Amino acid sequence: MGSVIRIVLQRLALGLLTLLIVSAVIFGAVNLLPGDFAQAVLGQSATPEAVAAIRTQLGLDQSLPVRYAQWLWDAARGDLGVSFAQANFASFTGRVDPSATVLAQIAPRFANTMFLAGVTAAIAVPLAVGLGILAALWRDTAFDKGANIATLSSISSPEFFVAYILILLFAVVNPVLPSLSNIFPGMSFGERLEKTLLPALTLTLVVTAHMMRMTRAAILNLMAQPYIEMARLKGMRPLRVILRHALPNALAPIVNVVALNLAYLVTGVVVVEVVFVYPGIGQLFVDSVKLRDIPVVQACCLIFAAAYILLNLTADILSILSNPRLRHLK
Amino acid sequence: MSIWLWIIAALAAIATLAWVGLWAARRLSGNAPRFRDMSYGVAFGYALALAAIAGGVWLWMKPGAVYFRWAVMGFAICAVAAFVFRLAGRHLGPERLKRQFRKMPLTAAFGILVIILYAVVAIFAAWIAPHGQEAVLGAANVVPGGDPAMGGDPAFPLGTDRIGRDILSRLIYGAQNTVGLAFATTLLAFFLGGALGLLAAVVGGWLDQVLSRGVDVLMAIPSLIFALLLLTIASVWADGARGLMTLYMVLIIAVIDSTRVFRLARSVGIGIVVMDYVEAAKLRGEGMGHLVFREILPNAMAPLLAEFGLRFCFVFLTIASLSFLGVGIQPPLADWGTMVRDLAQFINFAAFAPMVALAPLLPALAIAVLTVGVNFVVDWMLHRSSGLKS
Repeated sequence: MGSVIRIVLQRLALGLLTLLIVSAVIFGAVNLLPGDFAQAVLGQSATPEAVAAIRTQLGLDQSLPVRYAQWLWDAARGDLGVSFAQANFASFTGRVDPSATVLAQIAPRFANTMFLAGVTAAIAVPLAVGLGILAALWRDTAFDKGANIATLSSISSPEFFVAYILILLFAVVNPVLPSLSNIFPGMSFGERLEKTLLPALTLTLVVTAHMMRMTRAAILNLMAQPYIEMARLKGMRPLRVILRHALPNALAPIVNVVALNLAYLVTGVVVVEVVFVYPGIGQLFVDSVKLRDIPVVQACCLIFAAAYILLNLTADILSILSNPRLRHLK
Repeated sequence: MSIWLWIIAALAAIATLAWVGLWAARRLSGNAPRFRDMSYGVAFGYALALAAIAGGVWLWMKPGAVYFRWAVMGFAICAVAAFVFRLAGRHLGPERLKRQFRKMPLTAAFGILVIILYAVVAIFAAWIAPHGQEAVLGAANVVPGGDPAMGGDPAFPLGTDRIGRDILSRLIYGAQNTVGLAFATTLLAFFLGGALGLLAAVVGGWLDQVLSRGVDVLMAIPSLIFALLLLTIASVWADGARGLMTLYMVLIIAVIDSTRVFRLARSVGIGIVVMDYVEAAKLRGEGMGHLVFREILPNAMAPLLAEFGLRFCFVFLTIASLSFLGVGIQPPLADWGTMVRDLAQFINFAAFAPMVALAPLLPALAIAVLTVGVNFVVDWMLHRSSGLKS
């Protein structure tokens, strides 16, 4: 058991190191900007006060490593800085709003995005694994071939195509679900779920296809093994062979695939949130990109990268835990 | 809630149908081996397929289900076109080409047909399109379909957009801009990633270490997120110059995607470097250029070509997504992602005039059909080169 903990700790340390380097990349990329950073970002119409405020806030008179260390230290304590748009606004009104920090903007939206991802995962994971098992069971039948074409098509379609088709079918032609996800605090869970359902279904369609194909491949990989043949020769039913003998051994790759696809959700969520005007972190990210609001862009980027690294790490650790051969290293 | 009741009732009906059908088939056929040995699961599958077909026919008959009829017709047309194309390929042209077509699945034939069609449209866009891509033609918001009673105009079969540009012409020019830029980006990513990957494989040592660790770091950031971050910075650099923004976007996506190409090129290259013929070439005293381009590259071509197709799909979807978000290909260039975003609100009028929904869906469909086609071809190529049969 001790070796497991050591491996897990090793992976965690590696993940933290990756996150540290990624944060340096994100910070360094922004500092590629030429000349007077604050003036360039705010444009010619910015008031001198706003430019000065941002310059002191970013500490542009200090050297790059010092600034990076400061930024990282602040971010670790939850202080992600002040959004440029808000700082610019405050310089006009002369009033500093306590809710102008990046953290205050991100926190509620982060919760919304997690809700969307959670609903998606709750629908997609059982569906994908179930369909993957069925496709492996009925391989080379019409069902398998149809599923192959359908999943390949849904993987290759852009998210907004799937989203608009769902809007057309379920919100416009047969109005059963709302096409805009205007979520606000104080909503009941059922209401929230109803507004989240259409974006969640869009993401489900995209993610399920991937997971299902990989589940099928993971199970089929094992079907040539001697113990599967043995089970079949014993006269076991095909479904039982898959559930009792193939599935436990295919668990490691399947768990890996599930975690990787949840990591893919991180990217997919951006486009889907924009289509449905879902008040999540992806929507904020795209808006900030257009406004050149660099502190918010940096913070969102860091959060997305952290989620991505964390999920990949989870996939890694779970696949170690589910494989006895990796658990007891010789 | 009643929806769930309906689903449960339908499943129960199908289960009963399977049981009754199996029993009846055994009785009627005098317990023929085919039905005697059929398990209940298989019978249930048949019953499910029957129910799906019945449901499809019922939907087809329903007067309101226009989109379903269109989808089925579109699917049938695609299948027939692919079949005719494969038939033509089997009987026309030189013997080598005919042999390629003989074992080709229908999906791959469809993919090749799509790629040829898109290439023709992209190259000859200026001759095919009835109007220029930036021409403002007066009548704005003309409804697709060309039916004057519904607010259409026969001169604009797919209608016009908010400021009066012909949607059909912009769709055709979109093939040139969107597909062309995606193709150029993929080529760039391949030159960069492929060259560095093979170099890392041949030279090894610290160069390999530095490049590989650098790529590891870049790959730890989700590509769309990283692209959005870099585009923010690029937009400050470009400072409003739209042509420059499009150029920066191409460069950024090429660099981000070249990391994935690097991984593959390196791993393929490392497998080849240890071969005897490479060793022999080294002992002959051949230079680095000869080693990479004459010994390794020809042998790494098959996996790299398949990767090129997949990479193109990724790049194409990324560019389309970025354009859809409003930070990719910049107007006034006609581009499919931007068109979807600009025309999206038309979809709300689909309940009154079904044709209207076509305006935003056609550019999205154009993106989807090309990626599906390329994926079908790559699937077939991988299947063929790996010799997998099951």
